Amino acid sequence: MENLFTVTVTVNGRQYERAIEPRLLLSDFLRHELGLTGTHVGCEHGVCGACTILFDGQPVRSCIMLAVQANGHEIQTVENLALDAKPENLHPLQVGFWEAHGLQCGFCTPGFLMTLLPFLEEHPDPSEEEIREAISGNLCRCTGYQNIVDAVKLAAGKMQETQAGPGGAA
Amino acid sequence: MTTRYLGKPIKRNEDPQLLTGQAQFVDDVDLPEMLHVAFKRSDYAHARIVSVDVEAAKAMPGVIAVYVAEDLGDYWQPSPLLVPPPPAQHVVFNERTAGQLAKDKVRLVGEPIAMVIARSRYLAEDAAETIFVQYEPLDPVMDLEAALAEDSALVHEGVGSNVAAHVIQEKGSYETARAEADVVVSRRMLYDRGASAPMETRGVVAHYDALSQELVVWDSTQAPIPIRNGLASMLGLSERQVRVIAPFVGGGFGPKIMMFYPEETLIPWAAIRLERPVKWIEDRREHFYATTQERSQLHDSEIALTRDGKILGMKDVFLHDTGAYIPYGLTVPLNTQCTLLGPYVVPHYYSEFRAIFTNKTIVTPYRGAGRQQGVFVMERLLDLAAKEMEMDPLELRRQNFIPPDQFPWNNEIIYQDFSELTYDSGDYEPILDKAMDMIGWEDFRENEQPRLRAEGKHVGIGLVMYVEGTGIGPYEGARVHVESSGKVTVVTGVGTQGQGHYTSFAQVVAEALGVPPEDIAVTTGDTGQFDWGTGTFASRGAVVAGSAIHAAAEMVREKAIQHAAEHLEAREEDIELADGFAQVRGSPDARVSLAELAANANPLRGAVRPGTEPGLEATAYFGPEMGATANGAHAIILEVDPETFDVKVHRYVVVHDCGTLINPLIVAGQVHGGVAQGLGNAFYEQLVYDDASGQLLNASFMDYLLPTSETVPRVEVGHEETPSPLNPLGVKGAGEAGAIPVGPAFAQAIEDALADTDIEILEIPLSPNRLFEIVRRATTET
Repeated sequence: MENLFTVTVTVNGRQYERAIEPRLLLSDFLRHELGLTGTHVGCEHGVCGACTILFDGQPVRSCIMLAVQANGHEIQTVENLALDAKPENLHPLQVGFWEAHGLQCGFCTPGFLMTLLPFLEEHPDPSEEEIREAISGNLCRCTGYQNIVDAVKLAAGKMQETQAGPGGAA
Repeated sequence: MTTRYLGKPIKRNEDPQLLTGQAQFVDDVDLPEMLHVAFKRSDYAHARIVSVDVEAAKAMPGVIAVYVAEDLGDYWQPSPLLVPPPPAQHVVFNERTAGQLAKDKVRLVGEPIAMVIARSRYLAEDAAETIFVQYEPLDPVMDLEAALAEDSALVHEGVGSNVAAHVIQEKGSYETARAEADVVVSRRMLYDRGASAPMETRGVVAHYDALSQELVVWDSTQAPIPIRNGLASMLGLSERQVRVIAPFVGGGFGPKIMMFYPEETLIPWAAIRLERPVKWIEDRREHFYATTQERSQLHDSEIALTRDGKILGMKDVFLHDTGAYIPYGLTVPLNTQCTLLGPYVVPHYYSEFRAIFTNKTIVTPYRGAGRQQGVFVMERLLDLAAKEMEMDPLELRRQNFIPPDQFPWNNEIIYQDFSELTYDSGDYEPILDKAMDMIGWEDFRENEQPRLRAEGKHVGIGLVMYVEGTGIGPYEGARVHVESSGKVTVVTGVGTQGQGHYTSFAQVVAEALGVPPEDIAVTTGDTGQFDWGTGTFASRGAVVAGSAIHAAAEMVREKAIQHAAEHLEAREEDIELADGFAQVRGSPDARVSLAELAANANPLRGAVRPGTEPGLEATAYFGPEMGATANGAHAIILEVDPETFDVKVHRYVVVHDCGTLINPLIVAGQVHGGVAQGLGNAFYEQLVYDDASGQLLNASFMDYLLPTSETVPRVEVGHEETPSPLNPLGVKGAGEAGAIPVGPAFAQAIEDALADTDIEILEIPLSPNRLFEIVRRATTET
């Protein structure tokens, strides 16, 4: 009954091969096939942005893509931002969120981080307005957004200081 | 008192885990052989079930089981009533709660009818779609007033009407007050429904291990301990056999404390029956029907005053929409009734409500929990009275404040915790002054507004006050333990949904033990670790659990000092605790680490002295005799676009008194988020029902609008600290305050912005469209 397709996907630098149903959502593939549960599912209809990942470097909503569409592509998830949860290993973007209290329940946070990573690459010194526009497709129910905006400013400063540049693991 | 860790804006211990995707939420639980659940839910708001055909579903690939109500046998039970009716004088209460799966009749769209269990959620949903339910549709009961008509359909025929409850509470004699009044203002006001919409929906995973005979349940609940106790009782297990874990929870806001949701009792039951782990995760569409909602009330309200603006009395008669069942008792309308009085002296008060059964999603507390509606009524009536008397609305408020020397202030009516509504402390004038100062009230009125109006801009300002009962009992408990490594662990029963408990609780312990907060590991919401307590609700985590933790930490501190004095051959009063050591004051070389003390206090040989306990550990409980009363003011400046009726908020100020602050960073965050939710409630969010069919028309984030980064303004927060005398930390709750008075502030400012139209805003939520209608009606009538 199951019509399985074999896909090869590179996630966080590691190549995975899996036989999957064509209807399997990319979010479910990442979370339940690969065990990368840092990507969260908030609405499953592409509005809330919690499931945002980088698909060939572009932020996309993994809940409205099929896993088979990722065949041969490269994906980054929140797990790729830092080696582990030790404070010294966090990415400057994560440190910015930490210091500015940019998260409360933290459920939406991975989606914000993955949306912001390429944004900060293109806007190393963003204005508040630019930040607010950049995250306007990500819903957060806890923070009222202002500490997220401050977190992004803080992170942008840190990233310029360290010249680390976004996009790579810390 | 100088503090080292209390009151400091310390960044949160839990964040690194959350930021790296390593925090475990319920849907992250993955177990071998796990099965997945999808529900067949009612398509109708109100219908008789003629038949349910699950045969096709059972034959679908990957399906393990399909259950309907009859399959549950004796396990099918109406859910327990969470809160009984209050011991007030005039109370009628018609208890009706829902069974796990609908039998005979459905009373709301989304009521579960059948549970499908399959190898994957995909397969379970496939099968659920094949279930054929034959309904006999009935008229849906949607409108609060129409529900009371004699010919109305009945949600519960056995009740004989749609009245779920009828409560009258009275203080003094309103009729006397009214007879003496120079000015009486009465209006009808409406507050409509919204969804709490946490970013994480609900979810339950259950695993029964037949060998150890232990049931483990992961549940996105705000109240893991009552869930554990209830499940044990329902399933015929010992409480020791059931462990409920509320892991990281992606926002709660109240509806995650409703218990028992049908899924919470069905998933563990199925896991035991099938001897396999079972998972159910609510999808967003389900959330719009299956998770409780709040706020719909219709008020007929009246205020009586003297000519010079002294409040003589209030009368408020309202209908409260409780949805199809009433599992949470009367907490929400009681809060409305009590919170309405606000920071004002109201000598005479008559309050009467009827809770009404409707064919809508069940209503239980959602952040604010009835308080919004009460504050809206009071603040709106004050604005309208001020207008009628040509008084300054803020001066009217000021001259009716309860004076600061009159606390504790007894309002003589029964609150949600069944004690008399008594304010423990407060000082309202400085709050009002500070809010006026921060928003620049005078300058805006005298300079800014005239200037902007001359430019053709419709700008307005609003300022409202509120009082919030927080931190109610009955109790919470905690255990604080210094491990032999010197690390400190704290366990408490309340669950956490993003409020920063891992950090603020650590700060409380850090202060007592002189150990940095980052070395203190807090565990919340795991009955395997601590299983006495009630849950996270009513802005009570910091107040009640925080105080229990404080008490336990002080006991550990005492033990550590005793051991250290002995070890260092010094007097107890000379020992101080700092940086993980106990040392003799003034002789930093004479010191011993808490690690060593902890190890010595738990010896492998020798004898622990009679009358003492081993280890550096203590358990303590805290039960406040009544709730602590927080208060504050919200001020807003906004602009209305006269073409589109879109509203842009330019400034938002909150001055807030939640007693002693444990962590100002966290409290400010709570306020920011509360305001965002309040603004959503005021202008963006409304659950829109079709009254003819009973269908919810906007059950998606495409149609139900949550505020975004482009619509929520910066919130400027000012803190005042009037310590509560009811707990040793002096704290009051802070979780809900941000959300409570946004509606009336918004309404007042809109009226001000559109002063040329002479509109009255008597309802929440508004929307550009609704605002347009109100303005059009006002301008065509005059």
